[in-house]
Amino acid sequence: MAEVRAEMVANVWKVVAAEGDHVDDGDTLVILESMKMEIPVLAEGRGLITKMHVAEGDVVQEGDVIATIG
Amino acid sequence: MLDSVLVANRGEIARRVLRTARRMGIRAVAVYSDADADLPYVREADQAVPIGPAQPARSYLDAAALIEAARKTGAAAVHPGYGFLAENADFARQVIAAGLTWVGPDPEAIEQMGDKIRARNLMERAGVPVSPGTREPVADVAVAVAEADRIGYPVMVKAAAGGGGIGMGAAADEAGLRAAFETASSRAMRFFGSAGILLERFVPRARHVEVQILGLADGRVLALGERDCSVQRRHQKVAEETPSPGISAGLRERMLAAAVQAGEAVGYRGAGTVECLVDVAAGSFVFLEMNTRLQVEHPVTELVTGIDLVEQQFLIAAGAPPSFDPADPADPADPAGPAGPAAVRSAGHALELRVYAEDPVRFLPGPGTITEWAEPAGAGVRVDAGYQAGNTVTPFYDPLLAKLCVHGADRAQALNRAREAVAAFRITGPKTNLAFHADLLTSPEFVSGDYDTSLVSKLRPR
Repeated sequence: MAEVRAEMVANVWKVVAAEGDHVDDGDTLVILESMKMEIPVLAEGRGLITKMHVAEGDVVQEGDVIATIG
Repeated sequence: MLDSVLVANRGEIARRVLRTARRMGIRAVAVYSDADADLPYVREADQAVPIGPAQPARSYLDAAALIEAARKTGAAAVHPGYGFLAENADFARQVIAAGLTWVGPDPEAIEQMGDKIRARNLMERAGVPVSPGTREPVADVAVAVAEADRIGYPVMVKAAAGGGGIGMGAAADEAGLRAAFETASSRAMRFFGSAGILLERFVPRARHVEVQILGLADGRVLALGERDCSVQRRHQKVAEETPSPGISAGLRERMLAAAVQAGEAVGYRGAGTVECLVDVAAGSFVFLEMNTRLQVEHPVTELVTGIDLVEQQFLIAAGAPPSFDPADPADPADPAGPAGPAAVRSAGHALELRVYAEDPVRFLPGPGTITEWAEPAGAGVRVDAGYQAGNTVTPFYDPLLAKLCVHGADRAQALNRAREAVAAFRITGPKTNLAFHADLLTSPEFVSGDYDTSLVSKLRPR
């Protein structure tokens, strides 16, 4: 079980992957937006998304969990 | 003269415009979103009006809320700053229709220059050099491939209605072009609401040099010298200087003359900037785009000319002559002064370092709450800051915290003052790029003056 976390305070612009998706290492999970910059959040390793913790429009804090990959 | 103005912006530029307004005895009204209520510019204004939530679309981009704030406070004019609605012709028209003075160029000039392809075509007809490129917006990748073959690789791909380097990319071949086209189109639609793409010949070793122009109330257009903006990351400026250390006196003279021609071609009024790309190897330049507003890096021009550009904007908007004598020719005995009938006297060398809330290595955003903020001071040092200790830097807006500007008798003195000022600037809380500036100011390439737009990628290889 791996948790993917936000590296900085940001807005969730786009949720690209969904719960139940199988992802590969480097796949884009969500795209954050902070200070007029898009920051893709990538899967670190292969697995199944067991939980997507954010929705489009959410504000995440540094360290917040974005997705759980099992 | 104008008796009051609403500044439709935030942060450092709102504060900078408010200061000149107050010095001129113009009542200054600020607007702020919920996220910005504690920022210094809100306190320094004569009056401040909340205009909505943090999201720009519901506050600083909400034309109706801004005009309503002006009406409520009895402001006679609107100054847009830069970014947000500054280059939005519809907003300018709404301001004018509401009976307010728009502190900027005519909406027609904004519109003509806002579309990069229209602007290029117009400049070409006016005799200003442009690079080979598309004359119509490209909406289809097949057309883009055909156009790129005609123009010749490498090509630069960008949004016709865009700005800020968003979605821009260079392509060396067809595969690269297809990828760059895809990126640029999606960003163009999202950020600028229009998918049209512009292709231009890419200049590999280029400097980005722009000319400050001022269209006077009587119709004359002046060039107030150039700014070298070649220090860029992600196609966005990080540091600027004037005069440019990379162009000859002859090239400077041709660029200033072309910038005046560009301004005259659109009947330009107020402060504007003609951006050019200089081909270092060929010693030539082409028109890139015109920014129809006050530029972020305008302070370096103010430092060498002694002219307050915001003051000139207010005077021109009121139909008054500028505060300086535009007929005063540059002193031929002054080696620093550019010659020519459309030039103004300038002295010394100035640098601007943009202090961003981002890490100094990968340049990723690093918002946060400021626990310590101590600005440098001293001879030749000017700091235009948007924040102070206790403020929170939020993710909603651009990462500019402050502009650290220095002026020296020559470039060497300006660089020395900049190094000392960077070392003395203390910001704790958010991440900052001050360590990058320290590296920049000691890098042999920057210090030599012989650098181009690839400098940052050399200092920070991936």
